[in-house]
Amino acid sequence: MDEFTLSRIFINLLIATKWTLILSLIAFIGGGTMGFVIALMRISPNRWLRSLSWVYVEFFQGTPLLLQLFLAFFGLSVLTGVNLSPLQAASIALTAYTSAFLGEIWRGSINAVPQGQWEAGSAIGFGYFKQLQLIILPQALKLAIAPTVGFLVQVIKGTSLASIIGFTELSRAAALINNVTLQSMLIFGLAGLIYFVICFPLSNWSQRLEKRLSYTS
Amino acid sequence: MDYSFDFSVIAENWPLLLAGAWLTLRMALLAIAFGLIIGIVGSLLRTSGNRILNGIVLAYVEVIRNTPYLIQLFFIFFGLPGLGLKLTAEQAAVLSLAINFGAYSTEIVRAGVESIDKGQVEAGLAIGFSKLAVFRRIVVPPALANVYPALVGQVILAVLFTSVVSQIAAQDLTYTGDFLNSRTFRSFEIYFTIALIYLAIVWIIKGLAYLIELHFFEFAKYRR
Amino acid sequence: MAYSQPNASQAGTATLGLEPVIVAKDVEKHYDNGFHVLKGVSLTVYKGEVVVLMGPSGSGKSTFIRAFNGLEPYQSGSIEIDGIEISHDKRGIELVRREVGMVFQQFNLFPHLTILKNVTLGPIHLRGLSKDEAEEQAMELLDRVGISHQANKYPGQLSGGQQQRVAIARALAMRPKVMLFDEPTSALDPEMVREVLDVMRNLAESGMTMVCVTHEVGFAREVADRIIFLAEGHLVADTTPDDFFNNPKEERIKKFLSQILH
Repeated sequence: MDEFTLSRIFINLLIATKWTLILSLIAFIGGGTMGFVIALMRISPNRWLRSLSWVYVEFFQGTPLLLQLFLAFFGLSVLTGVNLSPLQAASIALTAYTSAFLGEIWRGSINAVPQGQWEAGSAIGFGYFKQLQLIILPQALKLAIAPTVGFLVQVIKGTSLASIIGFTELSRAAALINNVTLQSMLIFGLAGLIYFVICFPLSNWSQRLEKRLSYTS
Repeated sequence: MDYSFDFSVIAENWPLLLAGAWLTLRMALLAIAFGLIIGIVGSLLRTSGNRILNGIVLAYVEVIRNTPYLIQLFFIFFGLPGLGLKLTAEQAAVLSLAINFGAYSTEIVRAGVESIDKGQVEAGLAIGFSKLAVFRRIVVPPALANVYPALVGQVILAVLFTSVVSQIAAQDLTYTGDFLNSRTFRSFEIYFTIALIYLAIVWIIKGLAYLIELHFFEFAKYRR
Repeated sequence: MAYSQPNASQAGTATLGLEPVIVAKDVEKHYDNGFHVLKGVSLTVYKGEVVVLMGPSGSGKSTFIRAFNGLEPYQSGSIEIDGIEISHDKRGIELVRREVGMVFQQFNLFPHLTILKNVTLGPIHLRGLSKDEAEEQAMELLDRVGISHQANKYPGQLSGGQQQRVAIARALAMRPKVMLFDEPTSALDPEMVREVLDVMRNLAESGMTMVCVTHEVGFAREVADRIIFLAEGHLVADTTPDDFFNNPKEERIKKFLSQILH
């Protein structure tokens, strides 16, 4: 018991924080890439692509992230016979989860660009993808930044649930140390503090971006 | 893929799943009700003009919004007994969910309150209502209507959050799934079905929210 | 002082000068930004009188009228409504406000309540009327302002002129001792001004004590008992409409009239 001094607890939590950040990064990059595809499918002129992406978004926005993690960790392995590590399963689930939300956020940003911009693009003679690439996306990007940064905070917090399928990031490290020391308030308070230090600047940045946007538009 | 699906575990354990779903709903409803009260009071304090009260509420909001719910749940369930406050799993679940929902709804309701024209407040005061009565009768209803979609979205997130309380052994829907999984190892069938039950709950909430909107916020249609 | 306060009792015709309803003495107000908006203004309004406040923008007329029901705090001087001083004590202000009806430039109807409920809200919760009593009274008032057939609509479904008439009914429902009008027609499309002024005219004829900030010259000429002219925070004139419009003495009044009379 004595060996778990405050500084040792803190150092152990910080080491685990590295995995929280790595998992967040994986989810954000993977989810961002897939989310972009989802957003394009959602606004596609093709009805099947639209329906398919709608089902995808409904499922991942309408079910708990924890269940998605269970499905990835327990479900995929019984389905495929391949045993996934907790990191692999968490990466898959968080990527899917993140892509559904970012896809919707970006779809909203694209839709917020006035219809007239598409029409102006086609009047010049651009095809669908040229209109998208040269006219719509640059404008949508500006609108998308603030909510995207805001959602990054949700992703970081979401990684805490990976602890439940046995991935040792910050939350699981805290739970493990708690099992030994039983100083729950201290340990979960410290873990919360570390999350706060990571998330708060991002939240703040997102809010500032949003304010700046509402002044300029 | 040579896996053969077998959903008999679901068919055989319907009552258990329903009981779990019922607890999930009950906890979510309680937490949302308490959380909304926190949100309305919190938004009142945030807009009261009192710097100290505003600061305290803002600190609460930021702490909750920038830490994972799992940590909040563990802090309350494992931490509070250290202060001599012993909570059952369900109590800790409802308390932590309400605190969590309260922080988000404080900011949502505040945004609604700030969208209300100052003239509305003056008109209420001019009739002779107290500041509190003006807030309750004149500011809050249209403020809620203005932020209703955001509020419904947060309600849905809160319901989905409840799955996490299975981790402190509150016997909700997800916990029931864990229990069945540990006995049958039909992981995919069980978790997929449970995910769909959550999805069904979410759709029911969306439907109810729409009916509520039609009934209570009819006036919003006519607003310019 | 150049603009020494004319004693209210000797001012204008003061035809009904018996019972004072509003007594404002030496009201001084600075805005938070330091702007000195009211520089010691005094005014007495008697029961049954219709007083019109005029003046260029920034003269302090809206601030002054809003002080009569405690919406604008002031730094010194005093305002009494029906013998009760508007203090900074909360309860006191709330009681005074029940006696003072106010109509705003922007109507400020409550968008989430039907027309009928806009009018019954105060009587039910502050005057202790039952729902039935309050509704009966509200329907009478709505009838008086010509909106009773729209009682179950929401404010957003009505035109500006109709909304302003409902706002008048809402204020009257509290059975006020005095009605304040703060530029009641300024936010209206021209074709709707008349219907609101007609309601105000009827109200004046019924003997209601009224204080109106307005630029409507026709209304001021025909309905007002006294015209008060404010400029740069001073009360410059307190006189009859006839004297004010036909025989202006002050250079500033002449200039103002030439602007609003085109």
